[in-house]
Amino acid sequence: MLVRMTTTDTPAAQDTGRSLGYADLYVLMSLMSGDEKHSAAATSTLDALWVLYDEVLDVSPQTVDDPGRDRFYLSKGHGPMAYYAVLAAKGYFPLEWLTDWASYDSPLGYHPDRTLVPGVEISSGSLGHGLPLAVGTALGLRAQGLLSRVVVLVGDAELDEGSNQEAVELAAALGLESLTVVVVDNGSSTHGVPGRIEERFATEGWQVTRVDGRDHGQLRRALSRRPRAGQVALPSVVVAHVEEKGA
Amino acid sequence: MRRDTRQVFAQTAADLVDQDLSVALVYAEISGQYLADVEQRHPDRVVNVGIREQLLVNVGAGMALTGMRPVVHTFASFLVERAFEQVKLGFSHQDVGGVLVSSGASYDISGGGRTHQAPGDVALIDTLPDWTIHVPGHADEVEAALRLAVAGSGRDYIRVTAHQNRDALPVTPGRFHVVRRGAGATVVAVGPMLDPVLEAVSGLDVSVVYAGTVRPFDGRGLRAVLATPDVVLVEPYLQGTSARCVDDALVDVPHRLLALGVGRTELRRYGAPADHAAAHGLDPSGIRRSIDGFLGLRGAA
Repeated sequence: MLVRMTTTDTPAAQDTGRSLGYADLYVLMSLMSGDEKHSAAATSTLDALWVLYDEVLDVSPQTVDDPGRDRFYLSKGHGPMAYYAVLAAKGYFPLEWLTDWASYDSPLGYHPDRTLVPGVEISSGSLGHGLPLAVGTALGLRAQGLLSRVVVLVGDAELDEGSNQEAVELAAALGLESLTVVVVDNGSSTHGVPGRIEERFATEGWQVTRVDGRDHGQLRRALSRRPRAGQVALPSVVVAHVEEKGA
Repeated sequence: MRRDTRQVFAQTAADLVDQDLSVALVYAEISGQYLADVEQRHPDRVVNVGIREQLLVNVGAGMALTGMRPVVHTFASFLVERAFEQVKLGFSHQDVGGVLVSSGASYDISGGGRTHQAPGDVALIDTLPDWTIHVPGHADEVEAALRLAVAGSGRDYIRVTAHQNRDALPVTPGRFHVVRRGAGATVVAVGPMLDPVLEAVSGLDVSVVYAGTVRPFDGRGLRAVLATPDVVLVEPYLQGTSARCVDDALVDVPHRLLALGVGRTELRRYGAPADHAAAHGLDPSGIRRSIDGFLGLRGAA
């Protein structure tokens, strides 16, 4: 999918008091890429990220250090333009940071660093670390009696890393109901098998939902769903299908 | 009778979990025989992840991201070598604290062969900045090092080995302990190497300092005790691991260094730990032989 820009104006929420919306994200990404068009791969995570930060996660620039905030771990740390655009639109850091991203003096790199960017919860880049970290975080929050959600975004090819399987098994065995995995599936796994991701999580006992990764309504409904009282505590996975890489 | 070092680790860890709600213990089957009781008392903070070592380390780091103080344990070969990227990224790169405690060391599990031997663990951790590396030489030092590490907020690696010295010394990170002073060379004995070193240098007019914590390396203490610029380093893990620290400490002093430790060559032998110590020249007679050669005392051997 190619997105054609209709304006090259820089959104200026601070100036106008207007809050930025989904449509502004493409302009923000253009500040980074210098390009009006973005490939499907560059925006594969954009819709899930927007729905999470706009409608699902209980976190804001004012609560980034609140122990009870919801956690979002971007495990698939490469191609973070969409992530930075969403965080900037939500006011976690100034929009100006986007213009010189990945420069020596910029806090924004090709892989995010939690110590440099407000709102970034984990430093990622090497695949297969975010979900295991999130399992530890869900355990740590539960041990402290905190009810925060922990949402991890992974790519379908990232699940090729075996470390994820270790985490998928333990999360189900320990009933980590606060944990949600979002798999953005653009069919980029080498040696991939259709349906494997859903089957694997289901086999381990996860609640599995499959959605159109571009459909905000479907994403919202799947991501907002919390296990009802009385249900067996299970972690959940939302497999968000988007266009195949290179399509 | 001396206490078993690994049991002391487990008992101390259990006690810390009992005492402090912010302490978590994560392990991967290993030492489970000592941890079942505390796991039953605190199932929320004591977690056996099964045979999943990559997960083990990142679960500890993920807990640390919520403000807890994790103690993470398995054999050194799996904790540091198998899961090294998790140590590097989960703890160092995320910039969170934690206490990694290994057992097995270089050849405690001599009969298990290379898969269960990790002489390279300290050298690997040493590629990362700001880790405190404890090499306790006595069960009492294991307990003291663990209590000290858990009370802090940094990144600590505690290398528990079955072999121990006769007497415990105070655990003082960043400061070596002067065991004896002499007019000649200075021997730095790390952890369980102290007793073999003391036996080896019997009759030699050398100084002996004890390092129960090797990072930070007490270069200032080493300089203060130096009578002649001849240093012998005796480490129970990969030979030469701390050589750079000696050289850094003596960068402006013409000096000589003999670094003893576990060799790189794979022995492909089983037997007892003592057999491996002898094979690597880390038994008293092997250490003496090397020191005599270094000091030009070959005729005396």
